[in-house]
Amino acid sequence: MKNTEPEKFGAHSRRTFLKSLGTVAATAATAQVQSVAAELEKANAEKTAGPGAVPVTLTVDGKNLKLMLEPRVTLLDALRNYAGYTGAKEGCDRATCGACTVLLDGLPIYSCQKLAIEAQGVEITTVEGLATGSKLSPVQQAFLDADALMCGYCTPGFVMSVTALLKKNPHPNADDVKHACAGNTCRCGTHPRILQAALKAAGVETAGKTEVIDYV
Amino acid sequence: MSSWPAETKYISKSTPRIDAPAKLTGQARYASDIQADGWLYGMILRSKWPAAKILSVNLDKARQVPGIKAAITVKDFPQTIRFYGEEIAAVAGTSKQACLDALRAIEVQAEPRNDFVVNEDDARKENAPQVWDSRPNVSPGRSREQGTVDQAFTECAAVIEGSYSTAVQIHHPMETHGSTVSWTDEGVTAWASTQGISAVRDGMAGALELDHSQVRVITEFMGGGFGAKQSAGIEGVLAARLSREARAPVRLMLTRFDNSLAVGNRPSSFQKIKIGALADGTLHAFEMNAYGTPGINGGANIPAPYIYRIPNTRVNQSTVLVNAGPSCAFRAPDHPPASFGMESAMDDLAVKLGMDPLEFRLKNDSNEIRQREYKLGAEKFGWKEKYQKPGSSAGPVKTGIGCAGAAWPAGGASRRTQGDAQINPDGSIEFRLGVQDIGTGTKTVIAVVAAEMLGLKPEQITVKTGDTNYPPGPTSGGSTTCASISPTVYDICANALQQLQTQGGIADARGDNWFAACKKLGVTPLVVHGQWQQGLSSSPAYGVQFAEVAVDTETGLVTVKKVVAVHDCGLIIDKLTTESQINGGVIMGMGYALYEERVMDDLSGVVLNPNFETYKLAGIADVPEIEIVLINMPERGVIGIGEPATVPTAAAIGNAVANAIGARVGSLPITPAKILAALGKVPPFTASKS
Repeated sequence: MKNTEPEKFGAHSRRTFLKSLGTVAATAATAQVQSVAAELEKANAEKTAGPGAVPVTLTVDGKNLKLMLEPRVTLLDALRNYAGYTGAKEGCDRATCGACTVLLDGLPIYSCQKLAIEAQGVEITTVEGLATGSKLSPVQQAFLDADALMCGYCTPGFVMSVTALLKKNPHPNADDVKHACAGNTCRCGTHPRILQAALKAAGVETAGKTEVIDYV
Repeated sequence: MSSWPAETKYISKSTPRIDAPAKLTGQARYASDIQADGWLYGMILRSKWPAAKILSVNLDKARQVPGIKAAITVKDFPQTIRFYGEEIAAVAGTSKQACLDALRAIEVQAEPRNDFVVNEDDARKENAPQVWDSRPNVSPGRSREQGTVDQAFTECAAVIEGSYSTAVQIHHPMETHGSTVSWTDEGVTAWASTQGISAVRDGMAGALELDHSQVRVITEFMGGGFGAKQSAGIEGVLAARLSREARAPVRLMLTRFDNSLAVGNRPSSFQKIKIGALADGTLHAFEMNAYGTPGINGGANIPAPYIYRIPNTRVNQSTVLVNAGPSCAFRAPDHPPASFGMESAMDDLAVKLGMDPLEFRLKNDSNEIRQREYKLGAEKFGWKEKYQKPGSSAGPVKTGIGCAGAAWPAGGASRRTQGDAQINPDGSIEFRLGVQDIGTGTKTVIAVVAAEMLGLKPEQITVKTGDTNYPPGPTSGGSTTCASISPTVYDICANALQQLQTQGGIADARGDNWFAACKKLGVTPLVVHGQWQQGLSSSPAYGVQFAEVAVDTETGLVTVKKVVAVHDCGLIIDKLTTESQINGGVIMGMGYALYEERVMDDLSGVVLNPNFETYKLAGIADVPEIEIVLINMPERGVIGIGEPATVPTAAAIGNAVANAIGARVGSLPITPAKILAALGKVPPFTASKS
């Protein structure tokens, strides 16, 4: 059988390197490492948040929210269950469905994959923050007109993804929309209408192909 | 007898759904959004074994976790576990994190068993481990025989035999199952993510030994069900018990992982079909031996030979129980697998006969509506121009076309549906129906019908649904909701107009006279009742679909390019929501055809793909151009469309794939590996079954 011990293949394996240092050097190195570790631990202890609740400030739809959260609380959990913003939905809690999509400084993210403490100091936009009074945003209005929603549970996520796309690219084509919504899942099957709505919000009318034929 | 108006302003036109603004702005409150005062999180501990005896469960340490207010076991001990993911205990606490910590602190003493079976073929063996001590794994299903089958096959000009199988499909609504339940001295209130508020009330009352009147179920919005959310569920009852112990409302929503294991699925099917036709193409003999698994409980029968009448027919079916989560109703139960098996066999036989598969169907499908749908659809789709002999498309990426038919014979309506409307002297009107909108547009249907009948605009109609305090409505299953509530709203409106005439003396209170008529009520609002009426709805629904696919013969990737869906649903109430239902049916059928499959591990008994990164749903980039043709038949009244629209899609896509590559992939989902195997490019694919 072929011997694959690293020593056989050259002089620079980890083991031979340590051997070459000699006992004295190794001891000194270890001591040094330990002291560095202790320093780090001390420095980190001052910076470590939790495990109990810590004060967190989130800027949501232009409002500053002061919350007390365990550091392990996700942004989605914080928004929904500590701040009452239930527009972003939980569909999987593991970055596979996109129902929790919110914007962070205009960029769409899965809020289930971001800790709330990491989302401080940036502008968070939720689906609740898009309409002006009772006037829907152009994307929301296009979704309404095209019936780009059924049960509506995935809808806030899709609305946020399309909103972010149009901010970045006001004149997307169908492929751009599909790319922007690739991280959002819908089970009712609203996809064709979402595509239609996104293009409509960008000023491109596409006709849904439906014909009603009288039975004769 | 009542009849729908011939000229309409809103019915059969496009009205945007009335609850769209609430859903689009995040204001809609789903079951999972409810935050009753002092609410707690609830979570379930599930079995990590597919078979075990739970000897004891110690909840002491879980109760000591900071924030935990209640901890309960699901059953008394010893508890027999029959599938991976079966419920053992539940906790409620002030945070999700506290619950996670508590689940880890629960001490379970168990005897795991190695004698489990999760694969249908293993479960059928004589010495297979038994899922239940009290009954065998295999039970006979729906079987029948007519004519002289064996002799008939000898009379056929062409006979084919094929094996067709479909995988276990998981519902996976975007909102998982669950509810928020508050148990106080006055009774139980449950905000449930359900398709049937009345069924949940009755089920919960039964499980908790309460009167029906002590349980109130509220479902203003819910995030999809597809058949799986028709009862209180173990999770609903656990939430109630946790609430009683904690003396606080408990929100118990399942995780996506939970949802993959224990709350229902569509049974698998393994169909051996032998089918023969006479020289002129007339179907003459049919034989099917089929089995499938619903998991630990349920049935796996399918209708055969589906929508065709064959004089000599023999059908043998059986249900095979395995150690996996139980099945339940799933959008058009039994039909998509039946359609896939039969329609695949039809195409294989057409190929053998040298007939165009569409011509072959027109020859053998006796249903007049489908005949017309096939002809219309073929024209829209360009069947004649596109049809080529199987496998004759040039180049490495081959295109193909296929078609298939559907019937949804159950359907109909719930005849006991009732509703009220309160008409105020200022002319405002509120409808109250104990039905729920599962995303199909039920609230909008109520507004459209009411606006039409009263001569008002849909936005003038206030619609209140999803509360068992309102008059009873149907469970949203079997595509019955629209056909149940439309005649009910019609009746409420007719009664309202009559009473306004009696009380105020205005002969026709509709439209321009509405406000004057309401003003005559004085200071007391008018409350009118109505119920489902004969003659305004019917069943069944018929449909056919055509699919065009491109198959990359080097990678095995199937791209669905176009689907033409031709459906009859009688009188269309709202065109927009009807179209959305058909889109949804096609897309779900496409997932069934190409992507979806619950994969079990034979050795460990666990579900290997209990989440969305491994259980694949169609995404926006996968979805083809969908062209919808609705056959307008208002004289038939209202007919549901949610289910028929998903029935033929997988069969049409499967046939298109076979037409493209000139070989049959008889097993769903049609994955790239199976395509390459059918082309002889890789060894035959052996999928984990179930």
